[in-house]
Amino acid sequence: MTTTETPRLGTAKRGGRLAVPNGAYRGLLAAVAVIFVGLVLWFVISIIVQAKPAFSTLGFSWIVQKTWDPTHHKYGLLPFILGTIETTAIALVLAVPIGLGTALALAYLVPHRLRASLGTAVELLAAVPSVVYGLWGLIVLAPLCRDYLEPFLTSVFGWTGLFNGPNQGVGLLLAGIILFVMVLPTMVAISRDVLAVVPNEQVEGAMALGATRWQVLRKVVIPGARTGLLGGFTLATGRALGETVAVALVIGNTPFIAHSIKSPAATLPSLIVNNFGEATGTELSALFGAGLVLLVIGVAVNATARALVRSTARGGAASVAVA
Amino acid sequence: MTTLTFEAPADPILERRRQIQGVAQASLNRRKTYSKIAIGVCWAFLAVAIVPLVGVVAYVLIKGLPAWNADFFTQVTEPEGIPGGGVWNAIVGTAVIGAIATAAAVPIGLLCGLFLAESDGRIAGAIRFTADVMTGVPSITIGIFGYIAIVSHTKQFSGLAGAFAIGIIMLPVIMRAGETAIRGVPFHLNEAALALGARRATVARRVVVPAAMPGIITGVLLAVARGLGETAPLLLTIFGNQYLQWNPTKPMEALPLVIYNNSSQPYADLIQVAWGAALLLVVVVLALSIGSRVLAAVLQREKR
Repeated sequence: MTTTETPRLGTAKRGGRLAVPNGAYRGLLAAVAVIFVGLVLWFVISIIVQAKPAFSTLGFSWIVQKTWDPTHHKYGLLPFILGTIETTAIALVLAVPIGLGTALALAYLVPHRLRASLGTAVELLAAVPSVVYGLWGLIVLAPLCRDYLEPFLTSVFGWTGLFNGPNQGVGLLLAGIILFVMVLPTMVAISRDVLAVVPNEQVEGAMALGATRWQVLRKVVIPGARTGLLGGFTLATGRALGETVAVALVIGNTPFIAHSIKSPAATLPSLIVNNFGEATGTELSALFGAGLVLLVIGVAVNATARALVRSTARGGAASVAVA
Repeated sequence: MTTLTFEAPADPILERRRQIQGVAQASLNRRKTYSKIAIGVCWAFLAVAIVPLVGVVAYVLIKGLPAWNADFFTQVTEPEGIPGGGVWNAIVGTAVIGAIATAAAVPIGLLCGLFLAESDGRIAGAIRFTADVMTGVPSITIGIFGYIAIVSHTKQFSGLAGAFAIGIIMLPVIMRAGETAIRGVPFHLNEAALALGARRATVARRVVVPAAMPGIITGVLLAVARGLGETAPLLLTIFGNQYLQWNPTKPMEALPLVIYNNSSQPYADLIQVAWGAALLLVVVVLALSIGSRVLAAVLQREKR
């Protein structure tokens, strides 16, 4: 104790039950971070390992082959990849304009005292589990779709050839509509957040120059929030691509490439969930392979979305949880 | 004659001004009409968005409430045709799985959040980005992971495998929400505590985490709400069980599974049970979401 050296901050010995050295504290945090990284690596690697037999027995081309017929050892994923893309596309065609219009209305048009409560309502709807949307789609929407929407669309757009075949209710169209309803709250909540952060000075400046309300929205607000909006749309795309149960309930589940928007079809997630119970051997490995394809697509879409959303430099606890 | 000579020269400047005013007025009218139409379209889209969303909630309420009775909450599932029966086994399953997943994911998630909040390096950035991407990974792939990691080794579907998958879904949400809440604590509180000679661990435990508590609780409750509603991972891990099962090492039932399995059955009584279960799940999830907001607001007010 004769030394004159001043102890470094936090290294002096002190009593008390919280006397954990800084090093141990940092070590604990780092260890937990390593656990998280380890879990993610384990997740990715285990799916790759389990999918490997499918790739080694079938080669890489099975991913783009057309036939899924386990009894004849054909495991082509193309119908499901197309189904995933088509349902997501239908959902986005509906969700992008309607979501953007709704977000604009909620952020700028609805009377001030309603904005907060409506915004909260939208965020709460984003928490409704997807299986509930699936149940509603199958029991309520499917008959409506079969009896009213599909005959109507066929009579109006039948000439395009996209609406051939019988009106069945379940199919690509209904799956797309359910995905649209399901991603809408997420999309509106994120879009509203990024639209609302456009600086008020810019909005007022545009109005002072004589712009109409729509011109302000179109020329100032939307361009100002463009990156964030794109990120929100991409996140919604990711949710639509990866949705399993809501789609599996309403898409009809046939392993063929759809020839019409009304046709039953299947997506990668619905393929996995419908065949998992009985699959063994190469089929099981092929299902893991389908999961791997889905994972790669999902990670690519989400990484893009996150990069876009982050570049608008926002995103509190709420928007992370909503996403 | 005189009037004619006054009119005839038609002052070119005046004429030009009138012309410009005319053009401006026409432009304004056109822009106003265009604006009215576009704004009208926005309102119409708002209406289009409200209809299905209100429709879902209304249907769940109208169809689900009749399914609620004492048996619904106390009896186990009965096969089709047999009257009565409830979802007590599914309630138990969801509660047990949710409790295990939360108990595992909250401490790890919060410590990871603390790590991210206290680190700014490249590694921390990569972990943060990974967590963000993980929040959006298709949940069925996490179910596959649960199957590979637990079910294929124990040779048995189990509540634990489901809790593992649900916990992994909750983990990144808790991490990022925790980090955001902790970063929101003013840094001078840190500095004041450090200046008093407190260790970093003490600062975190006594100062930073309590101050961040409203945000942390909100994040955790939202993560739990999200975890409880997940269906796809459970289909691959817990399998379902029509009998009451408290033991998480055995196959279990869960509310989302009841909804999923019953809704595609052709029996009205099973679909009725699905609506009842949907209402229960929506009520629980919304209670957690609303509760998190209320609790956060109350804690925020107490701190002041």
